[in-house]
Amino acid sequence: MWEYTDKVTDHFKNPRNVGAVENPDGEGTVGSLACGDALRLTFKLDENQKIAEAKFQTFGCASAIASSSALTVMLIGKTIEEAERLTNNDIIEYLGDLPKQKVHCSVMGREALEAAIYNYRTGKVFDKKLEGEVVCHCFGATDKEIERIARERKLTTAEEITNACKAGGGCGQCIPEIEAIINRVIGEEQAKSEARPKLTQLQKIKLIEETIDRQVRPILRRDGGDLELHDVDGDRVSVKFVGACVSCPVSSVTLKDVVENQLREAVSDAIVVEAI
Amino acid sequence: MKTSVYVDNNATTAVAPEVVECMLPFFTEQWGNPSSMHTFGGGVKKHIDAAREQVAALIGAEHPNEIVFTSCGSESDNMAIRGAVDAMGGHPHVITTRVEHAAVLGPCHYLEDNGYRLSTLEVDGQGNLDLAQVREFSRTGKKTVASIMWANNETGVLFPVQEVGALIKEGGGIFHTDAVQIAGKLPVCVKGAPIDLLSISGHKLHAPKGIGALYIRRGTKVTPHIMGGHQERGRRAGTENVPYIVGLGKACELAMQRMQADSVHERRLRDRLEAGILATCKGARVNGEVSNRLPNTTNISFEYVEGEAILLMLDDVGICASTGSACASGSLEPSHVLRAMDVPRSMVHGSIRFSLSRYNTDADIDSILEQLPRIINRLRELSPFVQD
Repeated sequence: MWEYTDKVTDHFKNPRNVGAVENPDGEGTVGSLACGDALRLTFKLDENQKIAEAKFQTFGCASAIASSSALTVMLIGKTIEEAERLTNNDIIEYLGDLPKQKVHCSVMGREALEAAIYNYRTGKVFDKKLEGEVVCHCFGATDKEIERIARERKLTTAEEITNACKAGGGCGQCIPEIEAIINRVIGEEQAKSEARPKLTQLQKIKLIEETIDRQVRPILRRDGGDLELHDVDGDRVSVKFVGACVSCPVSSVTLKDVVENQLREAVSDAIVVEAI
Repeated sequence: MKTSVYVDNNATTAVAPEVVECMLPFFTEQWGNPSSMHTFGGGVKKHIDAAREQVAALIGAEHPNEIVFTSCGSESDNMAIRGAVDAMGGHPHVITTRVEHAAVLGPCHYLEDNGYRLSTLEVDGQGNLDLAQVREFSRTGKKTVASIMWANNETGVLFPVQEVGALIKEGGGIFHTDAVQIAGKLPVCVKGAPIDLLSISGHKLHAPKGIGALYIRRGTKVTPHIMGGHQERGRRAGTENVPYIVGLGKACELAMQRMQADSVHERRLRDRLEAGILATCKGARVNGEVSNRLPNTTNISFEYVEGEAILLMLDDVGICASTGSACASGSLEPSHVLRAMDVPRSMVHGSIRFSLSRYNTDADIDSILEQLPRIINRLRELSPFVQD
């Protein structure tokens, strides 16, 4: 019934790193029998503070088992700081894809990782109920949890929240509350971006020039290239590539990933960069 | 070569070879419209009449015209419930149970959303109804339309339809029963019974998917679902699906001939399978009243492991079954039937349903008993809840 990728099927049929590390440095358990999924993750560091061993035990469907197996593979060799940056999307990418109703299995992986790292750092057992109040009683999801998922993953509908953490997927009575949380998060994020000080056109051009000089030119020059700022018309910035950039096959990528990105971060989200 | 062991017959059954054979001429040679004036079309009508008699005979209906052909069990359920409520007028009270098939719960909830009062009967831990509750619900002084299934598709548990029907009729109501899972497996007889409406589904009794029937007792008023044409005496419009009607008739005839022997055969295999599983797998329990079930069904929960994972591993070795687990349902909630029976949450996600047919063999049971314990053990090794 589910269209699983070959990688999901492989990690389900031949899961890696099954079991529990002896005397682990970090241990995290999330989920429950009642939920229909649960994951216990343990890891151990080597003398270079890198994860040498990571093991899992999972109660759950093929997606849950595959996500847990994939997670342990991705953890081995990483430092704690590197491991901490792993998201559930990384797990999904590693597996190729997951059906949207199974995204929560990868989220479970991320949560177990957080709990294990918390345990490593504090020696304590992570209790998510300490964070916020339960909004979804069918699946035990708290308001803080839903808010965090909505913010981190930029989710805008209750259905997306359900796919990510199951909240709202049972009796559905908490859906109005979930929608209220989503609207609050969207409002806060909007206010944040509007809170940037408004620039005059002159100030904007000066900031664009500064950003190009400080952030963009050094990158291009490293590879023998450069650019000239040609014009700024409202939010449209036109530039001319020179040197090695002229004949570079990926200059269009540089235009967006380096030039436009830097200007959007430093000056305004609305900036669009063109090459002439 | 991987042999297929098909033990998911409550989901659908193989079309009997005899059924396929009798359908073919109605695709290749006699494909006329039964309502046509010419003999090429009109001559087909007698085959529909013959099929109608075969279906009527299976359920003990006195008059073949009490059988209306539909496209499936879901259509029969919808037509029965919404049609009876609509024809009754005056906003009747609707009664059903928590463990009905979605094709019954769907129209019941629709009616509730549209202002009808809906009462839902509970079941106990073995899936049995409380007749006292039935009595209470049917004596509100209001007219009632009740829909209560005969056999449960997930657990096989049988409801005391005669007693339930009698209570509903005493209270002046109309009684419909979804007999989709029992027709063809165990004797069903509506003659003299307190049953006004009864649903049948072809693909559960070795006819193809896409054909069903609704028994409407003479004198019972039902507003048609599909209106317009005169077919089925104006009760269900649409050019008759001739080959499938003929196929359903044949399947019913076969069921009548074979029912006694088939049910003994299925019961023996089911009991052997169930005993074998309980003996070789620790932490396993049967869901549902074992002494009062369809002969072909067993629903078993395995502690600490999850249903979809079990099914996929069974599928890998060619064994086809189904589960009440949330993960395999497309929604996030596990089987509403198991939840209504208060199956502990620790076991509801690890439930597997095996449902047999006349075509299963001892070799099939041997295969399952060989593979399943290994699979359960393997998944328990993966589980965080099992400490060894």
